[in-house]
Amino acid sequence: MTGSADGSGGARGVAVRLRGFGWRYAGRKAWACRGVDLDLEPGERVLLVGPSGAGKSTLLRAVAGLLDPETAAEHEGSVLVDGVPAAAARDRVGMLLQDPESSLVMSRSGDDVAFGLENLGVPPEHIWPRVDAAFAQVGFPYDRDRPTAALSGGEQQRLALAGALVRRPSVLVLDEPTANLDPAGTATVLGAVSSALAGGSGAGTTLLMVEHRVDVAAGLVDRVVVLEPGGGVADDGPPAEVFGRRGAALAAAGVWVPAPWGPPAPPFTSGPGGDVLLTARDLSLTYPRARRPALSSAWLSVRRGTAVAVTGTNGSGKSTLAMLLAGLLPPDTGEVLLDGADRPLHRWRPRDLCRRVGTVFQDPEHQFVARTARDELLVGPRRAGVAAGEAAARADELLERLRLTRLAGANPFTLSGGEKRRLSVAAMLATAPDLLVMDEPTFGQDARTWAELLNLCVGLRAAGTAIVAVTHDEAFADALADERVTVAGGVLAADARVRS
Amino acid sequence: MTLLQTHLSTDPAAPLARRNPVAKLAAALLPSLVLLVSVDPVSSGLLLAAWLVSVPAWGVGWPGLLRRLWPLGLALVMVALGNAVFTDRKGGATLLEAGPLLLTAESLATGLTAGLRVAAIALPGVLAILTIDPVDLADALVQHLRVPARFAYGSLAAFRLAPLLAAEWEVLGRARRARGLGGDRNPARALAVLGGRLFALLVGAVRRGTQLAVAMDARGFAASAHRTSARRQTFTRADVALIAGSVLLTALAVTTAVATGAWSPLLS
Repeated sequence: MTGSADGSGGARGVAVRLRGFGWRYAGRKAWACRGVDLDLEPGERVLLVGPSGAGKSTLLRAVAGLLDPETAAEHEGSVLVDGVPAAAARDRVGMLLQDPESSLVMSRSGDDVAFGLENLGVPPEHIWPRVDAAFAQVGFPYDRDRPTAALSGGEQQRLALAGALVRRPSVLVLDEPTANLDPAGTATVLGAVSSALAGGSGAGTTLLMVEHRVDVAAGLVDRVVVLEPGGGVADDGPPAEVFGRRGAALAAAGVWVPAPWGPPAPPFTSGPGGDVLLTARDLSLTYPRARRPALSSAWLSVRRGTAVAVTGTNGSGKSTLAMLLAGLLPPDTGEVLLDGADRPLHRWRPRDLCRRVGTVFQDPEHQFVARTARDELLVGPRRAGVAAGEAAARADELLERLRLTRLAGANPFTLSGGEKRRLSVAAMLATAPDLLVMDEPTFGQDARTWAELLNLCVGLRAAGTAIVAVTHDEAFADALADERVTVAGGVLAADARVRS
Repeated sequence: MTLLQTHLSTDPAAPLARRNPVAKLAAALLPSLVLLVSVDPVSSGLLLAAWLVSVPAWGVGWPGLLRRLWPLGLALVMVALGNAVFTDRKGGATLLEAGPLLLTAESLATGLTAGLRVAAIALPGVLAILTIDPVDLADALVQHLRVPARFAYGSLAAFRLAPLLAAEWEVLGRARRARGLGGDRNPARALAVLGGRLFALLVGAVRRGTQLAVAMDARGFAASAHRTSARRQTFTRADVALIAGSVLLTALAVTTAVATGAWSPLLS
């Protein structure tokens, strides 16, 4: 339907055309992307892959017309959507971003979808029928009055998809739409994308997506475009051909390459085991103003030299369990005891706690407290009373081990996603804790950082450290976990797949 | 959802709860402005009585209201007591004398008047805010008062982020504890940790705000030349009547206060 609107505009429309496109952000030495030539035909389904730093997100924003020339130090080339410069074609492009919580505008679901139509100037009497049709198109299971705050991450992302599709875009751009979701949420969102574009008003829509879980996205597309950092398009073709030609090189660069072409999953190695280090007894917690407990009566013990994986859906209470085990939250009932101490962990002074327990948060930025990466590694030891010389030696060793030496003087907030993750882990290892608690450590990481994290955990465990990892990442749990625990609705259950 | 983001159950179909948000705010603000001018028990008392009688019409249950308002009640008692103790009008019979503390009939009356006045100013605002949906307010501001959509809906979206920031504040506190920070007796160090936590919250807020702005622009918010509205706010006769009633009550209260000689403007 969109193609017919500008069919009169000459040659059969190319949906998206980039010529010599390049963009360098103000304050950056390197180009985010450069020399990109790319044509997308109407109705094509295209996945953009490349190592981190290849400029995938920048390219998506350029197509969506959301790059502000004022934020660029230099830019070159052209980006046309339906033959019109992208900045003037915003109405033709729908976009879905990583974090649905920061992309929803209104408090009621229907109002949120209607928002994009109000901006288009659609007459009010046409708005609600189109909202209802968009709800049906993405399989949104609630009515218009459903509060957006009451939706799960996957449902919020489906709502955001409805908000993009309701404007009947000729190009749909997805920027890692499942990055914040658990496996169930990922499946529903990608399912909604695929069925929304299967027929009806979505059939002619061109799809351009970046998705770091390439394995789940590959089934949705008929074309894969490989971007190289600063080097434009390195390869282009059907998924099987591109991954067949370049699978190994892409995997080595950190791209998640899907199953037949990627490297095999790492095998499970078991830990040496040891005495019980941590005992959790009857832990319960209900957050203020919550209707039901986040966790009820959880019992658990963790031994030295073992790794425990805690799995469960979003909102199941597994992160609460991690915070309680790490002594960072006071439970309503019960206690966590470490290594024979009488005083429950949540009542330890922070400086004592950081010497024995390290916690890696889901978002590394939450943990940064220093001005440089190296200072970040000195904070814990200083608080724990480690001698300055010893702390400095340990900091340099950790920087070396986690490939951060080059960045020792950099501000932690300016690092890339993988570097931030490695730094946040290194900062917790600086005090050589006996227990390492990790909340979604592999979340959003590329294949290379993922493998490094796994090796690091295996090494720590071999040296006697106990590890508790809360994770959605089945491959990570499969490779590392000596024991598995699942949490559902705040209730803990030992998994049947316990390895002894 | 209401502006206070409470879980107070209100009946949206109640006669006053249904009114246009702009009308509600006007009806609540006008008498309060007048009360700011004078400190007397008559006008405050009359208006407070009128607001109390109107509570059921706002669709707000008494038990829920009292549960929400106890901090305000406590503040009122403190205002009344403070005024009673520290006023320099100490005429009348002595009621209580303990060292420098002197409570007389006149000072008690002064205190009660002060408490009454604050209650009469605060209650209508609370009733209005408890029953206004922020989306309706933004719609009404844009449609009736010609407030720019960019401002109204931008604020609305930012407002939606508030609970997310509250959750982030908690996480940042835990993250600092995990790093060995906090729990200091030294106030300078405690202040430094708090400052760092605030800064991190600010960084997160700016980032979320930027993402939100991109998401809104991706749906054509910035480029919108002729925006329509999916929800039409109506300004009916009942809304006019609400404002008129509020004006009438205020006039009645002031007239009675002047007639009884109680009216005492602050600036005279």
